Amino acid sequence: MAAKTLTIDGKEVSAAEGATILEAASDAGITLPTLCHLEGVYDVGACRMCLVEIAGTPKLLPACTTQVSEGMNVTTTSERLQQYRKMILELLFAERNHVCAVCVANGHCELQTLAYRQGMDHVRYDYCFPKWDVDITHPLYGMDHNRCILCTRCVRVCWHIEGAGTKNVAGRGAKAQIITDLFQPWGESDTCTNCGKCVMSCPTGALFYRGATVGEMERDRSKLEFIVTAREKKQWIP
Amino acid sequence: MARRILIDPVTRIEGHAKISIYLDDEGNVSDAQFHVVEFRGFEKFCEGRPFTELPSITPRICGICPVSHLLASAKAGDAIMAVAIPPAADKLRRLMNLGQIVQSHALSFFHLSAPDFLLGWDTPPPRRNVLGLIAANPDLARAGIRLRQFGQEIIEVLGGKKIHPAWAVPGGVRSPLTEDGRAKIRAWLPEAGATARTALDLFKQVLKKHGRETQIFGNFPSLFLGLVGPDGEWEHHGGKLRFTDSSGSIIADQLEARSFKDFIGEAVLAASYLKAPYYKPLGYPDGMYRVGPLARLNVCSHIGTPKADAELKAFKKLGRGAVTSSFLYHYARLIEIIACVERVEVLLDDPDLLSEDLRADAGINQLEGVGVSEAPRGTLFHHYQVDRNGVIRKMNLIIATGQNNLAMNQTVAQIARHYVRGNDIPEAMLNRVEHGIRCYDPCLSCSTHAAGQMPLHVRLVAPDGTVVREVTRS
Ligand code: SF4
Ligand code: FES
Repeated sequence: MAAKTLTIDGKEVSAAEGATILEAASDAGITLPTLCHLEGVYDVGACRMCLVEIAGTPKLLPACTTQVSEGMNVTTTSERLQQYRKMILELLFAERNHVCAVCVANGHCELQTLAYRQGMDHVRYDYCFPKWDVDITHPLYGMDHNRCILCTRCVRVCWHIEGAGTKNVAGRGAKAQIITDLFQPWGESDTCTNCGKCVMSCPTGALFYRGATVGEMERDRSKLEFIVTAREKKQWIP
Repeated sequence: MARRILIDPVTRIEGHAKISIYLDDEGNVSDAQFHVVEFRGFEKFCEGRPFTELPSITPRICGICPVSHLLASAKAGDAIMAVAIPPAADKLRRLMNLGQIVQSHALSFFHLSAPDFLLGWDTPPPRRNVLGLIAANPDLARAGIRLRQFGQEIIEVLGGKKIHPAWAVPGGVRSPLTEDGRAKIRAWLPEAGATARTALDLFKQVLKKHGRETQIFGNFPSLFLGLVGPDGEWEHHGGKLRFTDSSGSIIADQLEARSFKDFIGEAVLAASYLKAPYYKPLGYPDGMYRVGPLARLNVCSHIGTPKADAELKAFKKLGRGAVTSSFLYHYARLIEIIACVERVEVLLDDPDLLSEDLRADAGINQLEGVGVSEAPRGTLFHHYQVDRNGVIRKMNLIIATGQNNLAMNQTVAQIARHYVRGNDIPEAMLNRVEHGIRCYDPCLSCSTHAAGQMPLHVRLVAPDGTVVREVTRS
């Protein structure tokens, strides 16, 4: 496979053909803020946190789904990107009911961590305060739609790591939501194997172990990578 | 002409309230009402949440006594799971509640109430506060602030933060006491005990000069409610409920919290968001009862620790049967601080406190749960109804300040009756009416789940609604 040479933040980087900008950046030790990206499953570019500037393109492009090309000149941090990232976070917070102080993921939440890191000190948009339910019909896990950012990590791990295809997305726009099977209560799902991979993958407090109280949801995502490596490379490295 | 005096709001109580004093045509006080006009509706927005989250949501009702909600909520959760929690968890919850009572009582006494009777009733409000107390008696004020810190330290050592620790959970608690934490708490004990003693001695002195206040600040017969142990001893977290009357007789004993609806009714008052609970068998308003430190000392036969018991004996002599003056809430609060410090000392020696078996695990085994605990201000009930998955369908909180609602109205009326003559609103009355309310240490953000503050103003309103006179005090 041909290698491509590109510049990221002024640094000369080479990456395999077909690699994403995100992969190339991470190989070069440059970290980008991400939310929907999850090691082990393919990327969908849903959250737009990883937007970068590419010289010669007026559009901002998501690093996680844009492949590298020869001579590409990428900027990962700029005033403009900073502004957009902050705006995206604020929109995420305004869209559903994220109440960190009483959330099971408080202190271990990727959304919260990013908001701190990006210096989001307030939300400029009106909160939508939508009315969403909590589904705790499953004996082991719960889903609180109030805290979901629709990153679809859970859907991807369910389909592509576990292979059960229980989690899906239904609806459009502000009404989009994660469902189980054909919109059944989770506890009544015929396909769910109770594996818990979706819970491990969730960046926020939307998916949780039943009975978890404030700040108790810590997730072990290394298991997901472990399974993928084992499957694809036949290497069992815990 | 009949008119109404409105004090709006009362300062130095937690939250926001105003007072109406109704006068008859002769200018005598006919009645009074303490309005709570804010509404936050926690009961509504907890609907739909898993019951396991409520011990972290309900403490947000109040920044002063979050621990009380935390514990009552966790207990309601225990009931839904139908588990007996591990003994260590119960003891740790108790330890935290003792810390909570001390810190809240210290705040009530030193910061909020003492300025009135130590600095003089008619000292202007800008000086009649904790800063004035610091200026007048720096040692006492400092000791008071440190006593509060002691209580907060217990909460912090156990829960990890002073306010809103998400530590008690349905089934138990999340973490034990550490050796370090135990040593930290122990180091405070001598000082805390000494401060409580100083304050109590001081109050006894004050009391000698406050015969009038004792007589008119809410001195009337009523029932009293509180938790007691199996032998009728003072309780704050376990035990069962007891009602006594003003003659000191027990009228109902060892009542189970879960059947509280059989003996507590809740009246809704048109002019206030505060619900007014009453003892059902006597009906409304005859079933008026008081809760809190005064009630707890009235309902218990003994406290169970030597210093507190000696004080309790002297205290009980102040009444024939029950001690009926609400001015003596302050006294009761100080005795309770002594009791708490003594109990903390005993508890700390318990090896169970360092146990790691702290959390019972169970599913939903009952669709209804009641948790009751003694908050500093009085008995607190959390009543939850859940669906079979544990999602809250209905929630009802019965809060200390609500239960004292009817007694507070009577207290205001009684004080006003002594000070209001004709068309005047004497400043002296305003100060005393405010204090009458403050005796109950009312936490209005809890009782209506409300928050807010406005400048104090008094209005004279004629029956036709016209404002006859208006006084603003800022
Ligand atoms: S439930 Fe969690 S993992 Fe699934 S889409 Fe929502 S935020 Fe992402
Ligand atoms: S991480 Fe790239 S769009 Fe979400």
